[in-house]
Amino acid sequence: MAVRVQTAAFDPGAELNALHAANLGIGAVAGFVGYVRDFNDGQDVAGMFLEHAPGMTEKALEKIIIEAEQRWPLLRLDVLHRVGPLEPGEPIVFVGAASAHRDAAFDACRFVMDYLKTRAPFWKKETTPSGPRWVEGRASDQVAAGRWSENG
Amino acid sequence: MITVQFFARYRETLGTDGERLQWDASLANVDDVRQQLLARGGVWEVLAEQNLMCARNQELCGLDEPITDDDEVAFFPTVTGG
Repeated sequence: MAVRVQTAAFDPGAELNALHAANLGIGAVAGFVGYVRDFNDGQDVAGMFLEHAPGMTEKALEKIIIEAEQRWPLLRLDVLHRVGPLEPGEPIVFVGAASAHRDAAFDACRFVMDYLKTRAPFWKKETTPSGPRWVEGRASDQVAAGRWSENG
Repeated sequence: MITVQFFARYRETLGTDGERLQWDASLANVDDVRQQLLARGGVWEVLAEQNLMCARNQELCGLDEPITDDDEVAFFPTVTGG
């Protein structure tokens, strides 16, 4: 289980392959990759800056991972999030879950992303033609995270 | 003393990433800290936003979270990672 918050770029394919890591008990690996888009909320986006709260952000991600491990029988769960300056097309976040069977891997992956979106201290500041702007939180993200407490 | 931190848009609006505040029993919870800052008026009114989030000792919490001396409190806008 690993949490990484880094400015360096990463290779989603390498991250996905690393999840199996010759553990022959793993029968299923699910991965999610989030990318920076070049358009958001009616405006072109030339790039963005990802701010985080050093210490607090890592703690929040670790807490989400621990909760996922309590809910599903996972053999590995990795979360990698970039911070600092990012350009459109770059991978920004990776979540990978490994388990014996697919259900746990699929569900844990989605759960971690839904919780990360609403509980991990990251803030996006986009560069647009009319200047920099902070991205506002979406109500739909709160709804997505809420699903897990209704069902759980 | 307690440490108060601000992140992202709040940090920019307030022009500071945080400060140290004298602690006494009147600052019983996170909201008491927020109210003391709000009372300064002007830019500090950003802390009245309904979607404000907060943390105590690096863990997300509610505004009713009790605090004590030497604690670290943080205020920030809704998170937008991922």
